[in-house]
Amino acid sequence: MAEKTMIEALNLALHQEMEADDSVLVLGEDVGVDGGIFRLTEGLIETFGERRVIDTPLAESAIVGMAIGLAVYGLKPVAEMQFSGFSYLAFHQLESHAGRLRWRSQGRHAVPMVVRMPYGAGVRALEHHSESREAYFAHTPGLKMVIPSGPRNARALLLAAIRDPDPVIFFEPKALYRSHREQVPDEPETLPLGEARVVREGGDITLVAYGAMLSRTLEAADRLAEDGAEAEVIDLLTLSPLDDATIARSVRKCGRAVVVHEAPRSFGAGGEIVARLVENVFYHLEAPIRRVTGFDIHVPFFAREQAYLPDVPRIVRAARETLDARA
Amino acid sequence: MPRTTIKPKTRIDQLSILAADGTADQDLVPELDDEQLTALHRAMLRARRFDERLLNLQRQGKLGTFAPVKGQEAAQVGSAAALRQGDWVVPSYRETAVLLWRGTPMAEIFVFTAGYNEGGAIPEDRNDLPVAVPVGTQPLHAVGLGYGIDYRDDDAVVMTFFGDGATSQGDFHEAMNFASVFRTPVVFLCQNNQWAISVPRDRQTHSATLAQKALAYDMPGIQVDGNDVLGVYAATREAVERARRGDGPTLVECVTYRLEVHTTADDPTRYRDADEVEKWRERDPIARYRTFLEKRGLLDDDKVEALEDEIEAEIEAAWKEAQRQMEELTDPTVMFDHIYAEPPPHLEAQRQALTRALEAPGREDG
Repeated sequence: MAEKTMIEALNLALHQEMEADDSVLVLGEDVGVDGGIFRLTEGLIETFGERRVIDTPLAESAIVGMAIGLAVYGLKPVAEMQFSGFSYLAFHQLESHAGRLRWRSQGRHAVPMVVRMPYGAGVRALEHHSESREAYFAHTPGLKMVIPSGPRNARALLLAAIRDPDPVIFFEPKALYRSHREQVPDEPETLPLGEARVVREGGDITLVAYGAMLSRTLEAADRLAEDGAEAEVIDLLTLSPLDDATIARSVRKCGRAVVVHEAPRSFGAGGEIVARLVENVFYHLEAPIRRVTGFDIHVPFFAREQAYLPDVPRIVRAARETLDARA
Repeated sequence: MPRTTIKPKTRIDQLSILAADGTADQDLVPELDDEQLTALHRAMLRARRFDERLLNLQRQGKLGTFAPVKGQEAAQVGSAAALRQGDWVVPSYRETAVLLWRGTPMAEIFVFTAGYNEGGAIPEDRNDLPVAVPVGTQPLHAVGLGYGIDYRDDDAVVMTFFGDGATSQGDFHEAMNFASVFRTPVVFLCQNNQWAISVPRDRQTHSATLAQKALAYDMPGIQVDGNDVLGVYAATREAVERARRGDGPTLVECVTYRLEVHTTADDPTRYRDADEVEKWRERDPIARYRTFLEKRGLLDDDKVEALEDEIEAEIEAAWKEAQRQMEELTDPTVMFDHIYAEPPPHLEAQRQALTRALEAPGREDG
């Protein structure tokens, strides 16, 4: 066990899996000599060489398109998009090919690749560096969409994503890259994709969150507990496929729920989660489900980004309104 | 300090071996034995007749939209013939002659064109990628495959097919650039058929040739008469050998012509003159090659007639086989197959809901 930041934990996952499996390759802009602009791939090129740690020309579509070819060839590419805000130049490769080749070839070709992308606001960055567009990828058949919330689960999920036989979009909450450290075991460990985790047990209200919003949601749960309301907090970890069974189980127990994400509200993950709860546990609901989300606007330049992001008071207020509501 | 001139390497070869009247430059005729020479003719005629039957069946409403290959048989057969079976083909959507050469059964193409995914299956004995529809996006996959071949020290090469319109796409240029930077064993096979639906070649790019797009990437580029199967074979074989010995990618531009519609949903009389089509008919790839083989004593009227009969019988049998196969394809819930390696719970639930709805029609079910 060692205390690691999320950056260090993800770096460990890459080192160990590249060591264990020579079919794992890393490619992207500045991932080699520079060690990645966040230093996440630091040391890989020294250990594994430039054939396996590929500094590519600056072209997102080509990075993903090439990764598709590598994956079809039987390799396990881990491609990096420097920021998720630049991944739209590669989006058609993900939608038109990565998510479809297994199906189009009737199972003959698989695309076991990972596309890592830092996402989210809160680090005082430039335009295009702060968005949360996980819905695009979660909406796309054939892709999996994973978002860790801390160093230990980030490492375990990245390992699982690399070993997964299908293309995985791996969103890294960059606000958490160096925000805190966690004990991360030395030995490789994985977490299953498609499984959410109950991170705090409670019986009064379910709070669903993921990524960088998890810690704020847990803080809100502590605040609610001071007033005697015990919140159950669910960390989704995988958005697609969505573990609606775990969410439903909790809401059946609590009868009340709030969903938190920093992505824009309309057509976001929260809408899907609420819809599934209405379909599956409607008669257990004791109050309308609320969403605490980003707004349906572009993330403002960083002087105002904290006002854009859901914060603890907004989550607490929504939870209290939900707790106070009478059917 | 001074203003000087940089002289980039600027050499684009142009190759033509077999003229439209069937006369050949004997010095350039590739070394192929009689069997190989006649196989090229057979493959082109087979593709032509099959394509005609596809069109015929489409017009009868028995098949869906497809992109006819007519006129481009030499560009496709000549290039595919330069590959080994273990090499990779990364096609676009008009490569019927390539698919047939690679061994795809006609029945499968019928089933595919009739709207069943099963017809697009890639057999286990072959590496090729399935048909890619979004124009110009698939050459990037060829680059990844090529990198993989290189990484594993395998001796295969990749040939990716696309048209003149694709050379305007960003992905095409990114693929050329990546292939050149990483020296991947990829042959970029451009079938310049003069029309991207209604947009003519000279409005697609102001460049004098498409082959010269290779220059920007310091890659060999060659323009070949795409209706000359010997020229296409010679040019692509050279490119394939270059790739196989580790000397990197090549761009081959085959100058050809789409004699038919873009797809069966297209009406070319809206944008091009019958005169132009007629002019290209006179440059038909199959007619000139037949003349060449006749002069060599490898083909005559009787042999062609026998070949026509054989092909017609094969097409007839394949269509029967396709109809037989399609009669068995009655379960629409196979649409849920192959989305992921393991179907996640929500897809299983959706499949079961559809199954229930199909079993009890008229009943509302989720």
